[in-house]
Amino acid sequence: MKSKGLVHKYADNVDTDVIIPARYLNTANHQELASHCMADIDADFVNRVKPGDVMVGGYNFGCGSSREHAPIAIKASGISCVIAKSFARIFYRNAINVGLPILECAETDRIAAEDELEIDFAGGVIKNLTKNETYQTEPFPEFIQNIIAKGGWLNYLNSLK
Amino acid sequence: MGMTMSQKILAAHAGLENVKPGQLIMADLDLCLGNDITTPVAVNEFEKAGFTTVFDKDKIALVMDHFTPNKDIKAAEQSKQCREFAAKHDITHYYDVGCMGVEHALLPEKGLVTAGELVIGADSHTCTYGALGAFSTGIGSTDLAAGMAKGKAWFKVPEALKFVLTGKKSPYVSGKDVILHIIGAIGVDGALYKSMEFTGDGLAELSIDDRLCMANMAIEAGGKNGIFEVDEVTLAYLKEREIKQPKVYKADPDAEYAAVYEIDLSQIKPTVAFPHLPENTKTIDEVGDVKIDQVVIGSCTNGRLSDMAVAAQILKGKKVAKGVRAIIIPATQLIYKQCIKLGYIDIFLDAGCAVSTPTCGPCLGGYMGILADGERCVATTNRNFVGRMGHTGSEVYLASPAVAAASAVTGRISAPEEVMQ
Repeated sequence: MKSKGLVHKYADNVDTDVIIPARYLNTANHQELASHCMADIDADFVNRVKPGDVMVGGYNFGCGSSREHAPIAIKASGISCVIAKSFARIFYRNAINVGLPILECAETDRIAAEDELEIDFAGGVIKNLTKNETYQTEPFPEFIQNIIAKGGWLNYLNSLK
Repeated sequence: MGMTMSQKILAAHAGLENVKPGQLIMADLDLCLGNDITTPVAVNEFEKAGFTTVFDKDKIALVMDHFTPNKDIKAAEQSKQCREFAAKHDITHYYDVGCMGVEHALLPEKGLVTAGELVIGADSHTCTYGALGAFSTGIGSTDLAAGMAKGKAWFKVPEALKFVLTGKKSPYVSGKDVILHIIGAIGVDGALYKSMEFTGDGLAELSIDDRLCMANMAIEAGGKNGIFEVDEVTLAYLKEREIKQPKVYKADPDAEYAAVYEIDLSQIKPTVAFPHLPENTKTIDEVGDVKIDQVVIGSCTNGRLSDMAVAAQILKGKKVAKGVRAIIIPATQLIYKQCIKLGYIDIFLDAGCAVSTPTCGPCLGGYMGILADGERCVATTNRNFVGRMGHTGSEVYLASPAVAAASAVTGRISAPEEVMQ
C-alpha cells in the first residue's frame, strides 16, 4: 500500500482538544467530525486538505483526551497518514483500531508544510519528493500488523473465535 | 528479572507467569467503562462488527457525565443511544442523571474497582483507579466495543518510572500540587508509554482523595497508568465499600525501572500550571499578578469531598471578588449531599458561588462555564490546552482547590495563606 500527498505540518504536543474540540463531540458522524478537524489549531485546514494528504507533527502527537473522534476526524478529512516523532499512547492505539495509518519517524524536522511525500507502508519508507530525501520509519510489531491486516481490532477479535 | 506492580497485574490477567516491557499481550478485563461521548462511538462499532451480546453485564459501567444533564439536542440523542444500549443489554452499572457522578469519582465511591484489577475506560482519566492499586488505563471507543463484547484488550507491557515519596506535606499542599510538581519536572510526555508507580514512606501523608487526584493526572505526563502501592489507607477505603475482594500486588525487589525519582513532599509548594500545557508549572510564590475572570472547583481530578471541604474552609465568611464567577461542582450525588449536610453549600452560596449538579461540563469546554476570548480561569481540572474551556483566546490555570478558592476571593491567583490570615 502506498500513498502520496502534500504535508500539513504541526509542532510538538498536538492535543486531541485542538484536533476535534469538545464542542463538536455531540456527534459520532464521521463526516461531521471531519468538517471541524483541527478547528482550534488550524481553522483553514478543512479548506486546504485534499485526499491523500499527510499530517506531520513532532513529539507526543495526539496527547490528551481518549476521544476516538480525533483519529476518525483526521481519517475522514482525507488524510492518508500521520507522521510524528512520537504519539501519545491512546491516540496511537485508537489510530490502529480505526485504521488510520501512523508512522513514527525521528526526522520530521526535515519535512516542511506543502512538501510532497510518497509513503510506502510495507517498507515503512517515506520519500520527500519536494526535497528528494528518503526517511526510514519503525515498522509495526507483528501483532499490530496482524490487527491492521484483519482490518482493525474488532475484525481481528471476530476472526479468533 | 522482577516485575513492577503494573507488570504483575497484566501478567496475572493474561494468564502468564512473567511479562517483559514491550511484550504485546491479550488480557482479561475486570471492568470496562464508557461515558456519554465515547459510548455512542463504541455502540456503533459494536453493532457494525455484528456483536449481539455483552461479555458480562456486571463488568461494564456506563456513566452519563460529560454533557449531562444534556446541554443540547445532539447531546441528548447521544445519551439516549447509551440509555437504550444499557437497557437492551441489562447493564447493571448504568448511571444517568439523578444517580450519576463524574465517572472517576463515582466508580471508586461505589466500590466498583478494587486493588489488583485490570480496568479499561474510554476516557483518558481512567488511570485514576491506580490510586486503589488497580491497573487502569484509558483507551478509545473501539477498544471499549471489543471490551464490552469479549472482555479482552491488547496491551503493550509498559516500562515503569518509580516515584519514591518521602517527607511531610506543608499546610495547603495537596495531591494536586504534588502531581503538578511531577509533571512540571518530567514534562507532558515524560512518562510516555510508561507506568508511574508511587511508593515510599510519604504515602502515609496522602489521603485516598490525594492519590486519586495524582493517579488521575498520570495521563498528563503521557503515562499509560499511575499506580500506588496498597497500604492500610487503601485497604481501609476498600473495606468500607466491601463489594469486591482486593488482591494486593507488590513490586519485586529486583523490578527494573526506566528511572527512579525521589520526591520530598516537604519541599513542595502550592503549584499552578500556566497555559497551555500542564507542564508549564510555577510555584505559588512565582506566579506574579495574574487577574482572573472565573474559578471552577470540581471535576474527576478535584471534585471529591475533601476538595469541597478545603474550598469551604477558605470561602467561609468571605465573598467572591467582584467580577469573578466561581462555579463549584461536587463530583457525585453523594458528595453533593454530604456538602449540604456539612453546610458547605451554604458557605458557597453565601460567598456568591454558583453550585452545580455533578457534570464534567466546563472542564472540557462542554457547558456550564465556557470562557470568552481573553478570559482567564483558575480551575481544579486537569488540562489547560488551547481552547480547552472555551474560546481559543481564553486561558486555563490548573491549581488545587485551596489555591482556586483563595483566588476566587482575591480575584487573582493567590496562595491560600493570603486569605486565611
